[in-house]
Amino acid sequence: MKTITKAYRVLILALILPALQIAGAARAELVIDITRGNVEPLPIAIPAFIEAKPEAARYAKDIAAVVTADLERSGLFTAVDPRAFIETPTDLFVRPNFNNWRVLNAQALVVGRADIPADGQLRVEFRLWDIFSQQALSGVTLTTVQTNWRSLAHKIADEIYERITGESSYFDTRVVYISETGPPDARIKRLSIMDADGARHQFLTDGSNLVLTPRFSTTSQEITYLSYENNQPRVYLYNINTGEQEVLGDFPGMTFAPRFSPDGNSVIMSLAEQGNTDIHVMDLRTRQVKRLTRNPAIDTAPSFSPDGRRVVFESDRGGSQQLYIMSAAGEGVQRISFGQGRYGTPVWSPRGDLIAFTKIYQGAFHIGVMRTDGSGERLLTKGFLVEGPTWAPNGRVLMFYRQTPSDAVGKGGESRLFSIDLTGFNEREVITPLDGSDPAWSPLVP
Amino acid sequence: MRLKLPIMIAAAFVLAACSTASEEAANSGSSGAADTAAVQATPDPQVSRSTGPEPGSQADLVANVGDRVFFEFDKFSLKPESRAAVERWSAWLKTYPNVTVTLEGHADERGTREYNLALGERRANAAREYMVSLGIDPNRLRVVSFGKERPAVIGSTDTAYSQNRRSVLAVN
Repeated sequence: MKTITKAYRVLILALILPALQIAGAARAELVIDITRGNVEPLPIAIPAFIEAKPEAARYAKDIAAVVTADLERSGLFTAVDPRAFIETPTDLFVRPNFNNWRVLNAQALVVGRADIPADGQLRVEFRLWDIFSQQALSGVTLTTVQTNWRSLAHKIADEIYERITGESSYFDTRVVYISETGPPDARIKRLSIMDADGARHQFLTDGSNLVLTPRFSTTSQEITYLSYENNQPRVYLYNINTGEQEVLGDFPGMTFAPRFSPDGNSVIMSLAEQGNTDIHVMDLRTRQVKRLTRNPAIDTAPSFSPDGRRVVFESDRGGSQQLYIMSAAGEGVQRISFGQGRYGTPVWSPRGDLIAFTKIYQGAFHIGVMRTDGSGERLLTKGFLVEGPTWAPNGRVLMFYRQTPSDAVGKGGESRLFSIDLTGFNEREVITPLDGSDPAWSPLVP
Repeated sequence: MRLKLPIMIAAAFVLAACSTASEEAANSGSSGAADTAAVQATPDPQVSRSTGPEPGSQADLVANVGDRVFFEFDKFSLKPESRAAVERWSAWLKTYPNVTVTLEGHADERGTREYNLALGERRANAAREYMVSLGIDPNRLRVVSFGKERPAVIGSTDTAYSQNRRSVLAVN
């Protein structure tokens, strides 16, 4: 069983590796690599789950659908068309007839069973079968309140993804972003939250104040963001559980571009005062503020490394907007971006190895990644305006927003969210009720 | 006191005539007080009566002084014509010593969001600093940057961008 799991890992790695090798070869030189190709996804059969009783029928069907959608969205799996199924599993504890799945070309099979026991909870068991080795790779039982069935489904997809790729997963996550509507010169923007697949969408603010750049806490149910309440742009905290909003600090100028530290105990942000923007960090427990940069240039968009010891930010101190790294105490500032064009909105990968950024070059915007020393730059996608990358918690997928040009009467100018693999493949729109921008991915829901 | 001087009344007529040609006050977001009667292109020989913008209001500023200055791409230094405009703002503020204002800073859409917020703040502050050097009390001047969030002209064209890279004086 161990070896078979490994075989799948090797297969998935084989899909991922070519792009990584390009990254390796690109050391110290600028390579624009937005070539697309088809990754061969792994065929997986996910029949509707078995219903232990009629009340569980809806969940049995819907959970299988959500698991299927999650895995397919990753680009690493393709679901075998259920209309081709020769048999439908009726008992979780009976070994499947593997030949019936092998002829469909399926390499993995998910068999699940949904039940609603006497306590009224939703209880789901499932088995992940390797068709060739005829072994169960995984068998897990999950329980939750019925209304939380989507989260349970995402966790099943997470388990399958992790067993087969050997990577940590990212399906049971949420995205906070800015929902947009109205003409470009009077855009109404609302803080909004949804599951990473777009479901369970909620508006968190009513649009009466302009809001921008929300970011998730890595440790708590909090968001930090910029709000123009009373026409004063300041960094705020939003508590997702209580809906409470709180301004952070009492600064003489505009505070903006906030992000949490990895331990969740501080917020790093920019303060603009009398024409100068510098980076400050506030300890959320003591509310003490420490200034990290003292430079007449624009220093903004700071992002911590996952170990909390370093900070990447953008600055125009060298004459144009470029990326720099310093210690969390503000020492040892070093420029890391040396390609042509301007670089902004750096975000440190949760794996620690890469920095994602927005690049403006030859009139186009790009989303790219580079190593933390600035080497191995790769551009993943480009457009009239693509901006603001955010990492899935496993560091394999990025989300960003894409805006189209507008004409004089305000046609165009649409802004939508997209996800893309670190390889530059599998770009997909994340469907939102209205326009969207400034996405920020949450950690895995515990 | 406002209409005591005959010269000011005359000025009000002349300037009301100018106001049709100048940018409409709608952009400023606070045009409520303005009530300009129709002014014909060719002046009627008869004496007509019109009410100009309320002195010291946003409409007055827009009509008689102009409420905005423009910047080059990714720049925040005041061009010579912008310096002249800021000098007019300062003179206007000295005429109405009780008026306080907000200096808005704006950027075009061809930059990243955070950088444009910082750039807008620089632009608003460039005007503010010059006004302070001209003797305006800094307590009358508030600065707010909107980055690329509030374009004055819609459209992804160089013409629109040049109008959107701006600092706007807004009467509080």
